Amino acid sequence: MTTSRIPARERAAWQTIDSGQLLLIATAGLFVVVAVTQVAAVGLHQPNVAIIFGVLIALGELFRMVMPGNREVAPIASAGAMGYALLVGVGPEGAPPDAPLGVVPAEHSALQVVAVTAVGMLVGSLPHIAVGRTPRPDAMARRLFTVAVIALCFRPVLGLDLAWYLLLAVMGVVVIGSCFTDVLIAAMIRAETVRARFGIALRDEISAKMALCAATSATAMLIAVATTAMGEAALLIFTVPILVTQFAFRRYAGIRATYLETVRALSRVTEVGGYVEAGHSRRVARLAVAMGRELGMTEEELLELEYAALMHDIGQLSLGDPIPGGATVLASPAEQRRIAELGAEVIKQTGVLDRVAHIVQLSSHPYRAGREPVGDSGERPIPPPLAGRIIKVANAYDDLVGDSADRDRGAAVLERLRLDSAAEYDPAVVEALSRVLDRRPRP
Amino acid sequence: MRGLPLAAWAYVCGVVALAAGLIATSSFAELDWSKLAVLALLFLVCDSAPARLNIARARVSLSFAASLASVVLLGPVGAALLGLVAVVTGQRFFAPVKRIFNGAQFALSGFIAGTVFDLLGGARFHPEQARWVENVIGPFLGALVTFVLVNLTLMGGVLLLSRQTTPREWLHESGQLAVGCLGYGMVGLLIAGLWPRVGPFAAVLVLLPLFIARWAMDQAYAQQQAHAATLAALCQAVETKDFYTRGHSERVSRGSVMIAQEIGMRADRVEAIRYAGMLHDVGKLGVPTKVLQKSGALTEEEFAAIQLHPMRGLEIVREIGFLDEALAGIMHHHEKMNGRGYPMGLAGDEIPEFARVISVADAFDSMTSTRSYRAARSIEEAVAELRRGMGDHFDPEMVEAFLRALDREGWEPPRPVVLPDDAVAETTQQDHDDPSRPLRVTGGDEVRHQ
Repeated sequence: MTTSRIPARERAAWQTIDSGQLLLIATAGLFVVVAVTQVAAVGLHQPNVAIIFGVLIALGELFRMVMPGNREVAPIASAGAMGYALLVGVGPEGAPPDAPLGVVPAEHSALQVVAVTAVGMLVGSLPHIAVGRTPRPDAMARRLFTVAVIALCFRPVLGLDLAWYLLLAVMGVVVIGSCFTDVLIAAMIRAETVRARFGIALRDEISAKMALCAATSATAMLIAVATTAMGEAALLIFTVPILVTQFAFRRYAGIRATYLETVRALSRVTEVGGYVEAGHSRRVARLAVAMGRELGMTEEELLELEYAALMHDIGQLSLGDPIPGGATVLASPAEQRRIAELGAEVIKQTGVLDRVAHIVQLSSHPYRAGREPVGDSGERPIPPPLAGRIIKVANAYDDLVGDSADRDRGAAVLERLRLDSAAEYDPAVVEALSRVLDRRPRP
Repeated sequence: MRGLPLAAWAYVCGVVALAAGLIATSSFAELDWSKLAVLALLFLVCDSAPARLNIARARVSLSFAASLASVVLLGPVGAALLGLVAVVTGQRFFAPVKRIFNGAQFALSGFIAGTVFDLLGGARFHPEQARWVENVIGPFLGALVTFVLVNLTLMGGVLLLSRQTTPREWLHESGQLAVGCLGYGMVGLLIAGLWPRVGPFAAVLVLLPLFIARWAMDQAYAQQQAHAATLAALCQAVETKDFYTRGHSERVSRGSVMIAQEIGMRADRVEAIRYAGMLHDVGKLGVPTKVLQKSGALTEEEFAAIQLHPMRGLEIVREIGFLDEALAGIMHHHEKMNGRGYPMGLAGDEIPEFARVISVADAFDSMTSTRSYRAARSIEEAVAELRRGMGDHFDPEMVEAFLRALDREGWEPPRPVVLPDDAVAETTQQDHDDPSRPLRVTGGDEVRHQ
């Protein structure tokens, strides 16, 4: 979520493209070239319908949005393009009496669908480029690819002259299939860019996108059926459901982003109060999220981890005076524990972040809090949750290294953490830290 | 509903009798019962999961879509019968008399809307004809507006007669409700248009995205609540250090909202000022504890440290994008109308509106709270002090607005502070917010009052 953006700030957009993305973009590009050439050769079928759908797609691209997890989506454009791919006819007006379904059949080919979609997307992206927002070629390629899959699967079926209900069933199957294609491609790209495992990336993608995918697909079918049955005028009012959906999701994404922004900003109160070094909370959060991803945490867990990492020092506000240097790693275990308890207390006040509070509370505990059995029952104390162990390591590293970019110092601190691991720190987490540090670009 | 006034009872009985009479005298010969049954099921499903709006007691449900679809598909009598289904709605906490009234008012709305649709000629067209949408949209809009108007009027009638609302409140709320109702009602046309082709499946296609949108709205609402709670908790954390200022930001936030509403600010700005009030003193963390705890006069440096706190606060919250205008309020909340405030020394209208609002609420709460050097002042004393500062320190308009709101809503001052006995308790000796006891600064020989 955050880590994926960090290198992007330093390098140009095209430099961050991985091989998988490149393959996808190249495939989509090839599709577009073939489609545009073919359409140019044989001419546009039913140009007025093509133009109306093209305009809808362009508008949808204009109003694309970014969902939590930095995922770019354009529900209106996707629904429009998919609706065009699924279009059976263009309304009853002027239909010959013996026409199948009583409507004028839609004559456009799968390649025309790809061409119209590509042109619409391009036109819709121009205003974005004009105001200096770089387009995301991989997201656009993925959307185009999904539409192309639907068009290539569905257009040939039209030749069979099926009845309404069969057509609807085929539409449903094709649309669901395309949803899975979309999620699969997105997960593959994501696994590569943020270095998550494919299985986890797939699960994240499904939970993040399934609802929107279902809404988009249903509207696509709605648009196709309505335009077929009632002509182009229906297209206008039948986009209403997806407009409402887009509005709702945009609001949701906006509030999610605001929430994170607020916690990030307010985590700095400890810095302004002189309790910790400048930038400490953010550096710990960034490091912790990278380590959590390395250790295979899901996106939801990563969000909680990030919140906990940002607020892990908030308990210091209740201390009278800052501890020297602000480094909790140098404070006595009892004091560390007290800060964590106080912090957890503050976070519990929110009433909604109980799990985050739990993580903060246990982040001060050593990895093996006395492995010898406690009490008569012979129960061993449970080690702190993974998120707590990660924060403990990330905090210790940042306390000892600070803002310094000196690699030798980093290596020495890592060595020290390794020596303390097994008792104080979880060895697996320390190794994850070492891998994350190895990947950092050299200054 | 037991304590209903007589007039309200008469009204409810009248509406129910009217609906019953209408339905009893209609003929059901041409009614398509199977279509009605499917639509009724749809109505029930939708009505059992109403959407949350920002008005607490009223909810808009997607059942409007089913009702309007029935207006087109079944005509007035069918629409009236469908409305009756509201009696058995799955919504919880509905007293029997409410259910019956609800069914009756839906039936009446449906019947009248159906009649309007027929009168405007909507029934002459069939969805399978060419240009159906173009022909039917006019009559449909007429029916939709009628439906929503009748519905809101009947509803408003019972609320007004039972004194649960005032006309002004109702007009304001129904304005917001109407938008939701009209939007959902529009969806009825989509269902009706596709019905002859794909039957009830049309409803699935139309309603699935809307239900998902509703789910997303609920998620957004939950996130919003979580966000507000987190913000409040973090502000509280900043205050915990000082026993005397606990709850200060919460109360300043409340006071600022009172003023903002009184001077008729837009709802989104009121929301922004709520946060500005909450965050106005976060920069105080940057003031060394020993300065705040010092009793007696401050040195120039120490006073400068206090004067810097609005800037430190801004430094923290600057990156929170949604605050926007609130940032100016946080930065300038210690400016005075005569230009002798800090940090910039702005005067009069140069001071951002938000800052002028917060300044009044801030001073008032400070005066009505206990401080280490004095007991809490009474509300009357604090009001007198605010009046004294009008024009010089405070914006008269804001003070007047605050006093009006105070008269109406009252103010609950914080409870007297009882300090715990242990040495951990930290108290401050300096309160920079208190206009009745300005900070004393030693400059050379004399003691200057700021």
